[in-house]
Parts: sequence; structure tokens; C-alpha cells
Amino acid sequence: MKQNLIALLCGVIFGIGLSLSHMINPNKVLNFLDISGNWDPSLIFVMAGALAVAFVSFKLILKHSAPVLADSFHVFGKSSVNKPLIIGAATFGIGWGMTGYCPGPAVSSLGLFSVESVFIVVAIYLGFFVCNRMFEQK
Amino acid sequence: MENFTPLSATAGGALIGISVTLLLLFNGRIGGISGIMNGALFAPNNERSWRLIFLAGLILGAFIFHRLAPGFNSPRQNYPLLLLALGGFLIGFGTRVGGGCTSGHSICGIANLSIRSIIATLTFMASGMITVYIIRHSLELAA
Repeated sequence: MKQNLIALLCGVIFGIGLSLSHMINPNKVLNFLDISGNWDPSLIFVMAGALAVAFVSFKLILKHSAPVLADSFHVFGKSSVNKPLIIGAATFGIGWGMTGYCPGPAVSSLGLFSVESVFIVVAIYLGFFVCNRMFEQK
Repeated sequence: MENFTPLSATAGGALIGISVTLLLLFNGRIGGISGIMNGALFAPNNERSWRLIFLAGLILGAFIFHRLAPGFNSPRQNYPLLLLALGGFLIGFGTRVGGGCTSGHSICGIANLSIRSIIATLTFMASGMITVYIIRHSLELAA
């Protein structure tokens, strides 16, 4: 119950952050990726703002043996750079450049009643589904 | 660079940093949206609810902001549907294969000094930039 409240709070803060930073606007993201056009470096500042907080906080939090409300940290193992990482990231980047959406803004723009966000969220889930089926990973 | 908004970008980014901080501090979870989206539908039963609630919050946060500041972000219209459908599929497929997206790799992963996440971020930024170059300047599909 408490964990669900935290999840809700974190979702709301994340959604407000995406809105305030304009990252919910796919054309703004495309303008970042368009280095030969009218380049808008704002996305770098979003990353810098987020990293300034998370870089310090993650270090402090991960010194503890467990989170406040759960038994253990569910953090990713330190696997190495491999082919799926590169192929997957490159594929995601193509979709990002085609649409101006990454998963966070795609979901949160449903809150703006954006028609295209319904299309993009359904298409993303289709991509998940096909990948999960191909590799039988959960 | 006429639409460059460094102040709101940094402040919004800091909020995203606070969100992933609280999620890790209290629940021990990484705030990677592609993983949360996938798990919200495809994880085992008892693992789904917090993810669904997080996604509901994500929508609610954008909705509240839009209510308080209408016109700050307006929904895009008339973008080619084929690009959205095909691009969306590649986002879903690619983030599964590559183990994360902008939030999981570029924020949480880099904050954790993961080499994988740094490489992933450079890779999808490069392929995204090449894609936008082709779409906007070679094919002139979407301005």
C-alpha cells in the first residue's frame, strides 16, 4: 500500500518534470536531435538537472542495504556492453527520431488528451510484445 | 536556437531526478519508464500494480500541469501516422532488446556510472540524430 503511494507520487512528479521541461512536446525533442537544423540543446539540460540530483542521491541511497519500504534493491546487474545493448539502443534511437517520443513522454502525453499519444503507446506495446515473444523474456 | 529553454529544462530535469530518487529510496526500484511500461502489462500478477499506478501518476502529473498552465505544452497534430506507428514499434522493440530508454539508461544508469548506459545513450542519440536528419532534410517528410 505504502509502496503504491510512493509509485503514484513518483509518477506524478515525473509527469510534472516532463511537462515543465517541455520534453512532453515531441517537436522539442526532434529539434534537439536535429543538429543540422534549428538546434535546441534543452534536452541536455534536462539530463543535467536530473543527473545532478540522481548522481548524488543514488550514491547515498545504495550505501544502505535495503530501501525504506522493501526488502532489497531491484537494480540491474553490471553486465557488460554487448551486441543486444547496441542493436537495441540503435533501434530505439531510430524510433525516437521518427516520432520525437521516448516512453515517458509517450505515456504522459495521454494526460494532454493527445490523439497521437494513443497510437504511439499502442505501437510501443506491440514492440514489447513481439520482443518478449521472440526472446521469451519477462 | 530560438526555442532554447535552459531554465525550465534544468528545473524539470531536477524533478525527474527527485522522482527516480524517491522510487529508489523507498521502493528500491529503478525509474526506467520502458521497463515499468513493459512490466505493467507483462510482469507476473503481483508485480504489475505498482507499475500501473506509477504510469497513472505519470499521466496525472502531465494532466495537472496542463490544467494549471494550459498552452505551456500543446498536443501535436497532423504528424504522419505511419511514422508514429512504425516509430512506436521500434521504440518498444529497441528498448526491450537494449534494456532501457532515456530514463533508465540516460538518467538512472548514468547516475550509477554504468558503462552500458553511457554507451546506450550515445548510441540512441546518434541513431536518433541520423534518423531526424534523413526524415527532415533528405526525405523532407515532417518539418
